[in-house]
Amino acid sequence: MSGPAHPDVAPLVRARDLQRHFPVGGGLFRAPTGAIRAVDGVSLDIARGETLALVGESGSGKTTTGRLILHLDVPTGGTVHFDGTDLASLAPAPLRAMRRRMQLVFQDPFGSLNPRMTIGDTVKEGLLIHRLAEGAEADRRTRALLEEVGLRADWANRYPHEFSGGQRQRVGIARALSVGPDFVVLDEPVSALDVSVQAQVINLLMDLQKQRGLTYLFIAHDLSVVEHVADRVAVMYLGRIVELAPRDAIFAEPLHPYAQALRSAVPVADPTVRARRIVLAGEPPSPADPPTGCPFHPRCHHPARDESCARLVPPLEEKAPAHLVACHKQPPTTITWEAQQVAGATRQPERHLPVLALDARTD
Amino acid sequence: MSDSTPLLEVRDLAVHFHGRAGVARAVDGVSFTVGAGETVAIVGESGSGKSVTALALLRLIEPPGRIEPGSVIRFEGQDLLALADEPMRRLRGRRISMVFQEPMTALNPVFTVGDQVAEVARIHAGASRADAWARAVQMLAKTGIADADKRARDYPHQLSGGMRQRVLIAMALLMSPALVIADEPTTALDVTIQAQILDLLRTLQREAGSALLLITHDFGVVAEMAQRVLVMYGGQVVESAPVRELFASAAHPYTAGLLRAMPRMGARRERLEAIPGTVPPASAWPSGCRFRDRCPFAWDRCATEAPVPAEVAPGHVARCHLVSEPARRAAATTGATA
Repeated sequence: MSGPAHPDVAPLVRARDLQRHFPVGGGLFRAPTGAIRAVDGVSLDIARGETLALVGESGSGKTTTGRLILHLDVPTGGTVHFDGTDLASLAPAPLRAMRRRMQLVFQDPFGSLNPRMTIGDTVKEGLLIHRLAEGAEADRRTRALLEEVGLRADWANRYPHEFSGGQRQRVGIARALSVGPDFVVLDEPVSALDVSVQAQVINLLMDLQKQRGLTYLFIAHDLSVVEHVADRVAVMYLGRIVELAPRDAIFAEPLHPYAQALRSAVPVADPTVRARRIVLAGEPPSPADPPTGCPFHPRCHHPARDESCARLVPPLEEKAPAHLVACHKQPPTTITWEAQQVAGATRQPERHLPVLALDARTD
Repeated sequence: MSDSTPLLEVRDLAVHFHGRAGVARAVDGVSFTVGAGETVAIVGESGSGKSVTALALLRLIEPPGRIEPGSVIRFEGQDLLALADEPMRRLRGRRISMVFQEPMTALNPVFTVGDQVAEVARIHAGASRADAWARAVQMLAKTGIADADKRARDYPHQLSGGMRQRVLIAMALLMSPALVIADEPTTALDVTIQAQILDLLRTLQREAGSALLLITHDFGVVAEMAQRVLVMYGGQVVESAPVRELFASAAHPYTAGLLRAMPRMGARRERLEAIPGTVPPASAWPSGCRFRDRCPFAWDRCATEAPVPAEVAPGHVARCHLVSEPARRAAATTGATA
């Protein structure tokens, strides 16, 4: 398992300033009146063999980011380099060939399998499309794949409805692996599964990574599973990455006020205590009408929050080695105090580290 | 009602679904009590029968499902299964209410949320239109909805998931019912909203003096909310205990396995301990113990003899042969913690 990305080794995936804006309003003869900024300037690297977790709540743009990185959805701005190749520079045929090396596992093990295809045919399809095998050889490899993900080879002729959620998710994983990818986007791969089965699938994904040297982008809606799988964690809020750090740093000392709230929301499985949670004001705003400045400022609990937060878009900058945070109220910051004052700042930046304390449960 | 009589008493509850392919015994001999003002969690995975149990308490089981003869549900001293339809309808929403998992489908899309909360006051308290509306707005404000008088005129689709769940909670608690049943009330919500909703539910429940029966798959929610816990598997309660006792010394291998399978903070890149296999369908429970196929400690007796609930400690009951075989149990628990 490799650690965080090293600057001297080229990353397998490099995304720069990715944007996906969906036009809204307008009509046949009218120009769009605005845009939903689903993804709004996302940059990240993923090193070979690494697992980067991308965590965000609904509407944060995490799933769209995953699709943009695979070029399943075309960015309206920014670039994705995969193993040094700019995906936008590829014609359809070479892009399809490149896709063999980048695969996707979906969240919903019920909706993502064709109910009319046997699971064997589903797994085999990729082998045939990419002309990796045919005939008896394709069958043999399909059976081997089913066994590799913990299913029985003689189940190849069965249909998805005969399987449980966890088993279907294994089929989805076998399908992704059939073409021998280097990189897999796992879009909430265990969110729909029961706890006992979740653990099975997470263990499987980690074993496969070790055996096959896979690189993962692991998309999740909360931090609870992430600690087990991730080397680094990126937290998204309203289309932007607000914090990107090695796993231990983000769990021990999250610095962005939103990441702090997300960290404090992780359930504590201990009935003798109750976690002191950071309760966020209000509801997440709509990406169609994002706040000005820092997207999080209307709900922020940082004591130094002031007028400048509504005017300045804080850059994702290094606060500690390899620990990037987009908050100009958490020092150090490249946004000078003078610049903050010009934007209306009244409060000096200061380190805000709310104590993630546990209180004794008294009821 | 004397102090010793529980608010709710469920005995030998069985709900079977009679399909063409056979009988699915979704709930099969469930017994438990809920005291006044108490919070009891029923925890289980999909197919455990926890949601069907909740629906049965409100008599909302539809054919081909059926509450089987011999089942007993006593609430505030009344035999609910002997009650005529009309008094049962009056009871729902007034003395027992329910908060569902998916607030979008539980609300009517063509009425404003204020109308839907007000309707509860009109039906159950006979309030006038104006009075009912005022109470609805007041209740919505209590659930933490800002500008409640304005929001009350919104339709469900205009509200976020968290707001919709607040509306459902307002409806459920408007009449200060003796019992609130909440079926996965936070599962569909974002994590930062989940904590708010749990806090709200706890506050309003305490204020109204209601008992809460919380149906969940999430041991984090159980740890935070419950006083007592029932663990369901295969349509049966396999373990019940006060919440601290359950987390500290789970006696049933299924409970212990679930607690270990939970991703925990601080456990870094370790293999999670999974429970092998999957829940069998309700039409094909194994003979003997229903968990034995997945149990690391099962032996011959588990296949031939169905375990009955056995007391582990006062108030702590497990449906497992290990309870009555101390030697085996000692070996099993050392093995599990090693």
